[in-house]
Amino acid sequence: MSFLEYAPAPESQSILHLQKSYGLFIDGEFVKGHGTPFSSISPANEEKIAEISTANAKDVDVAVAAARRAYERTWSKLSGADRGKYLFRIARLVQERARELAVAESLDNGKPIKESRDVDVPLVAAWFFYYAGWADKLDYAGLGPNPHALGVAAQVIPWNFPLLMLSWKIAPALAAGNTVVLKPAETTSLTALLFAEILQQAELPAGVVNIVTGAGETGSLLVNHPDVNKVAFTGSTAVGRAIAKSTAGTGKKITLELGGKAANIVFDDAPIDQAIEGIVNGIFFNQGHVCCAGSRLLVQENIQDEVVDRLKQRLSTLRLGDPLDKNTDIGAINSREQLDRIRLLSDLGEQEGAERWTSDCAIPEKGFWFAPTIFTNVSTSHRIARDEIFGPVLSVLSFRTPAEAIAKANNTPYGLSAGIWSDKGSKILAVADKLRAGVVWANTFNKFDPASPFGGYKESGYGREGGRHGLVAYLQSAGWSSTAGRAASTSESIETKPTRKSVKKEATK
Amino acid sequence: MTRLAVPKTYKLYVGGKFPRSESGRTYEVFSAKGAFLANAAKASRKDARDAVVAARAAVSGWAGATGYNRGQVLYRIAELLEGRRAQFVDEITAAEGVSAAVANRQVDAAIDVWVWYAGWADKYVQVAGNGNPVSGPYFNISTPEATGVVAIVAPQDSSLLGFASVVAPALVSGNTVVVLASEKLPLSAISLSEVLATSDVPGGVVNVLTGVTDEVIPWLASHADVNALDLAGAGLLDWVGLQMTAADTLKRVLPPEDGVPAPSVERVTFFTETKTVWHTKALI
Repeated sequence: MSFLEYAPAPESQSILHLQKSYGLFIDGEFVKGHGTPFSSISPANEEKIAEISTANAKDVDVAVAAARRAYERTWSKLSGADRGKYLFRIARLVQERARELAVAESLDNGKPIKESRDVDVPLVAAWFFYYAGWADKLDYAGLGPNPHALGVAAQVIPWNFPLLMLSWKIAPALAAGNTVVLKPAETTSLTALLFAEILQQAELPAGVVNIVTGAGETGSLLVNHPDVNKVAFTGSTAVGRAIAKSTAGTGKKITLELGGKAANIVFDDAPIDQAIEGIVNGIFFNQGHVCCAGSRLLVQENIQDEVVDRLKQRLSTLRLGDPLDKNTDIGAINSREQLDRIRLLSDLGEQEGAERWTSDCAIPEKGFWFAPTIFTNVSTSHRIARDEIFGPVLSVLSFRTPAEAIAKANNTPYGLSAGIWSDKGSKILAVADKLRAGVVWANTFNKFDPASPFGGYKESGYGREGGRHGLVAYLQSAGWSSTAGRAASTSESIETKPTRKSVKKEATK
Repeated sequence: MTRLAVPKTYKLYVGGKFPRSESGRTYEVFSAKGAFLANAAKASRKDARDAVVAARAAVSGWAGATGYNRGQVLYRIAELLEGRRAQFVDEITAAEGVSAAVANRQVDAAIDVWVWYAGWADKYVQVAGNGNPVSGPYFNISTPEATGVVAIVAPQDSSLLGFASVVAPALVSGNTVVVLASEKLPLSAISLSEVLATSDVPGGVVNVLTGVTDEVIPWLASHADVNALDLAGAGLLDWVGLQMTAADTLKRVLPPEDGVPAPSVERVTFFTETKTVWHTKALI
């Protein structure tokens, strides 16, 4: 037994009390969906976890109507302080049930328990705690006095950080005074439904948060519903485009957090030990299922061989396997569909002439797995240097000068994140200035915090989540409503939106 | 005998130069009373694309200038506009059919708009940015910066003020612009371009096209090197269709406004992107 072999240390599932099937959470209660239900499986062994309902058009109507009612009758009438108290309650309940949520997340999503336990769930609690405190301080959000909530928010989230993305969406929406209909990703609905139980424990007024499950069609019905005022979407750029198109002219305020192809730039004066850990964390965290993953390593030419050798050494020590094992570093790929895409793009990488290296680790028989992989000899035109792979695959490119690094980093329609590794502060700040990316990590990577705005440039979407900026995305100022948009005359939502004049009148009352 | 006047040829303003439309086309511009005023250039798709190339080339210099510098350049526009007031009053009087007093008030307002926005150039970052208290040993700061190239449809019913009210805010943060001047009131926009050309605004920062808005704007809405679209003066067009076109490249889109947009810092920040930089702090 080498030092790399550990005895299994699985986290117990006895903390979970799952039901065999879950309904939709509408108006404070679980109700049956009218679409065809589907199974949620564990990507680590392909075993069924629970049956999940599908919301059809009628169910989405009912959910939006419940949210509208709750907005008009309850939530918009509450004081900010009371809204905040509900959010504080939710934060505490998440902390109390943290282990249960972490186990459920790892089971359903396939991510290692050490990540769901130490990153995802603590951040969920932090997100609610942070925005709870904003609820009675909206006058300080930067929009002037008496900013308004938008109304009903339609929120669609991805499968890579199911519960964390839920918190990014729901916490600021409720703090700002909106009500919510949220659709989790088809393959990872479980923790959203456990969260619905938390809302019941918190005694959140019925209809303030509604959760509808289903596939892309349910999401499309939700974001295109005429009675929603705000759309927040995290997911692929293709779907983001479709949403931007279908909501054009409706006056809905849109936040899109889409794909990325981040450059992680390593200069020759970088602290190499930390950089190696940062590169590994940048692309192999959460199996690379991270929109801001550092999927393009740009390394200065004179240290390229050393960095690549050390990366291979480090990757050889990563343990791939049971997500619930506390020693696991690399969990399961979330779905067969995603595994197929990672395989396709990796094979393309080889075909286009890049050199492939894959960590030699045992792959479990069942489930969806992909061993950590590095491509060297990659050119900027290769698909693996341009397309978001969303898996544990790193493309290595080299550069000689800072200007070349910047040009290569920006040579993408995406612009979500970037990393810079150097011990020279002035170089870091100068390079950070020139990078067209919404989040730049210097001598660190993949750090998230509820106080820190997150979101992209260019085709990585628009709007920010986190911090004061994330709050503003759910508000409109009393005096100016252009960002909220102007509704086309055909839209039914026009009546629910205060016009500039009416808002001004209200403000002077 | 009265002296025979020397009328001006109104051309496009692209990359700091005054070319005719590459298409060779012009269209007649009339006064409010129906008298012939000029043959304005009728910009083509190629002119629009040339303007985007010029605007893109100018981004790094303009966005890279200090806020203090950009503020002074924008203020200089106001200074020069003040000195050429008479010309604009004449143009507005003829084109809009208003009295000299009304035209003077429009010029006053336009000058004041440039002054107001000039002052934002070294301040909007403080208002829209944040230092973020993250839970860990990190320095973390969010700052807004220019989105890039902004295509603008100027308000249709105002010769000078409408143009200034949409162009100035986009320039504050360092964006460069391609503006479609009011279709029926395009002349003051070109005269203002002469002001821009002789002030300190670098060539390519402001590019002005005249012509048929509906013909040119779709090419800008779909252009992959345009980052944002201001549809202020597009209210009578199929602006929803333009917004849908812009969605293909995920452009930031401001919808139409009625009349001339009032000065607002939101017009500045709408065309910015927030960048958040994290840096580790040593554990000492």
